[in-house]
Amino acid sequence: MRVEPSNPEEVAEAVRSHGRVVAVGGRTKRGLGHWEGATVIEMGGVSGITEYQSSEYTFTALAGTRASEVEAVLAEKGQYLPFDPLWVEAGATLGGTVAAGMSGPGRFRYGGLRDFLLGVEFVDGEGSLVRSGGRVVKNAAGFDLPKFLVGSLGSFGVLTEVTFKVFPKAVETATLRVGCADAGMAVERIVALASGRLEVEAIEYEAGAVWVRIGAPGKALEELCGEVEGLWPGEAERLNESEGGGFWRSLREMEWARGEDCLVKVPVTPSRVVGLEEAMGGCVRHYGVGAAVGWLAFGRGELSRVDEVLKAEGLSGLLMGGGGRRWLGRRREDVITGAVKRALDPEGRFPGV
Amino acid sequence: MSGLPDEWARLGELIPSERLFVDAANLASFESDGLTAYRERPRAVVVPETAAEVIAVVRWCAEAKVPFVARGSGTSLSGGSMPVKEGIVIALNRMTRIVEVDPLDRVAVVEPGVVNIEVSKAADQYGLYFAPDPSSQTICTIGGNVAFNSGGAHCLKYGMTSNHVLGIKAVLATGEVVEFGGRSREQVGPDFAGLFCGSEGLFGVALEVTLRLLPKPECYHTVLAGYGSQEDAGNVVAAVIESGLLPGALEIMDALAVEAAEAAVGCGYPAGAAAVLIVELEGPREKVAAEREKLDGILAETNAFGMRVAQDGEERMAIWRGRKSAFSAVGRLSPDFIVQDGVVPRTRLGEALRRIGEMAAEAGLRVANVFHAGDGNLHPLILYDGQKAGALEHAEELAGRILKMCVAMGGSITGEHGVGMEKREYLPEMFSAKDIEVMKRIRAAFDPDELANPGKMFPGKEAPALSLRGLHPLEEAGVISRE
Repeated sequence: MRVEPSNPEEVAEAVRSHGRVVAVGGRTKRGLGHWEGATVIEMGGVSGITEYQSSEYTFTALAGTRASEVEAVLAEKGQYLPFDPLWVEAGATLGGTVAAGMSGPGRFRYGGLRDFLLGVEFVDGEGSLVRSGGRVVKNAAGFDLPKFLVGSLGSFGVLTEVTFKVFPKAVETATLRVGCADAGMAVERIVALASGRLEVEAIEYEAGAVWVRIGAPGKALEELCGEVEGLWPGEAERLNESEGGGFWRSLREMEWARGEDCLVKVPVTPSRVVGLEEAMGGCVRHYGVGAAVGWLAFGRGELSRVDEVLKAEGLSGLLMGGGGRRWLGRRREDVITGAVKRALDPEGRFPGV
Repeated sequence: MSGLPDEWARLGELIPSERLFVDAANLASFESDGLTAYRERPRAVVVPETAAEVIAVVRWCAEAKVPFVARGSGTSLSGGSMPVKEGIVIALNRMTRIVEVDPLDRVAVVEPGVVNIEVSKAADQYGLYFAPDPSSQTICTIGGNVAFNSGGAHCLKYGMTSNHVLGIKAVLATGEVVEFGGRSREQVGPDFAGLFCGSEGLFGVALEVTLRLLPKPECYHTVLAGYGSQEDAGNVVAAVIESGLLPGALEIMDALAVEAAEAAVGCGYPAGAAAVLIVELEGPREKVAAEREKLDGILAETNAFGMRVAQDGEERMAIWRGRKSAFSAVGRLSPDFIVQDGVVPRTRLGEALRRIGEMAAEAGLRVANVFHAGDGNLHPLILYDGQKAGALEHAEELAGRILKMCVAMGGSITGEHGVGMEKREYLPEMFSAKDIEVMKRIRAAFDPDELANPGKMFPGKEAPALSLRGLHPLEEAGVISRE
């Protein structure tokens, strides 16, 4: 069954009148929101930017608003979402992006989605609208439920409205590709860039090269790029604007993973990359955000092997395209997760954690 | 143990007697924190040295139903570490191990009693630092920073404590030991580490915290400028923000705060300024040079006077010294003062300051203003004389009016100090009964018996005794400052 609310009150009503519900936005994450037998709440109609004042560096929008709409409005004022939402062109909504906890390459410089989400309104398991956080860039009042709901996959409530902090966007950026003979060399270079003075915007690693984005005004941009080229002569090359732009755009749409059934997001650190590279040969691999996240794409037949390897490495993975299965690798087992689940969703209206 | 109920004997088995205080003299030093207007004497203070001891004590509390308050250096400005009369204080000052600093993963793993600045000191050898810098950073601890999601002068660009906490190992009030988050800057699943940050000690006690380290900015460009009115200074902030610059810090102090700082540390701020502005750019030298040009252009169009640009690290620290000493310095102007911590939308700063001035005049009280202008975080310092009957209540009434104004403007009752004991009656100004009920349900999931730091954040609890003390002794000595 499907319901199509057009405002937060109707979302609350939908939660109250159905035993099991799951909210769905742009359907960009390979069925991550699928829950067999549950009533689907289509969030596309709960859409629109409700408040945006560029000089406040904040905006508020209903959860079904598409990230692309927001990016266009922000761009008019020279601002952007610094965490780089994923699948923007594919139609990702703000609510889905928060619930799935998806940040892109730009996360490297200023932080991820969690660091820019200021406030939320959501429907709890009793069908009530609840607010948490605030609408100003700084706020320490009350428990930080906005952060908690990042990556919570709809298990604790249905988001109806979100408030984000935004930043001015660098007017000029440049992209460099640094060839690397192996993963060890790549990690070395990632760490050098990440710990150095250059304050680069993004560092990604795939298929034998580290990709770097630098943002700075005019002359400074030239000098900073020159320094990277000088660090690794012959291996670092600057891409022209359309090549560079195309790389980041295609990356944010995750085009590299399109041919595979399954896609897994694995939080990692630079020190884990070499080990993963050795163990995950059968998968298409990409390391994002200065090697803070490993992405693995593979055919369904590889599922159990990937699960085993992640377990052995002590890593956890969020699975997309798993036909209802959401987790691979190590799972945290504690009592508190269930206790908080019962506190917000006593009747089990939302998917399990 | 003398002075304790018989059923508390087990506590004496968990913590050796030289680290378990029950005598009045020792308990007295834990009665109050940075909110010096209030005090409460706990039944006992324990000083654990290991995570195992903390876990054992919390589990004993859970079993014996004894309330507990975890405490670091006691610098909370919202009374967040105020003891509970029938409970114990778990003083974490000996949990000071920096477990590791990893330059590859760019993280530090520390115990909760580690002082904020020590993290940056330990990371310095790798060119890294820990960004959150509350003014009390030379004494406040990471555990307290985590509990109250502390801020500082660089929040607009880099966020607050929670933006720099990747993982937390904690013992919850139920006795359960949990590990939230991890070492990675990214994570999957609900963000429990994010929820634990800023929970004001109501969930349990952090045992080990994994912090995100950043590369130290290569260079700074710090400018100090005087203005003839607060509105002028406020307009400059707006112009800087509108220009697309993202400064590391944007601070304003009013004349009264400057007068106090001048008297305290002789910071040499522009004489006769109604407001002093500090702007700081930071980053790679090429980028700072370009941004500096832009900033110079903006400042040249204002009626700034006494402008000073720091030429080196020492001059930069001299500019910041006045700002960071401002709160304690106000103690020279008045025997007592209340520090407020409201937030307003940045574009309404000028209006907020004008109304604070009007309300102060109506109340017949002096208010000094120091604020993080970049993120609309006001710190009105309300001066009063605690020796006079009703003076504190009168000052608190004004503080309450200011907080209500902040909420009415769409802001917050606290930007970085937390609700604590001080602002709990104002939580309903910001949140509906339903919102608060949901928070209480979450609190109950972590702590069904309300043992962890009870009486904080939520309205309606009995207030502890008023104190007539003025400055915190450490504050008087210039070791700490309120912010």
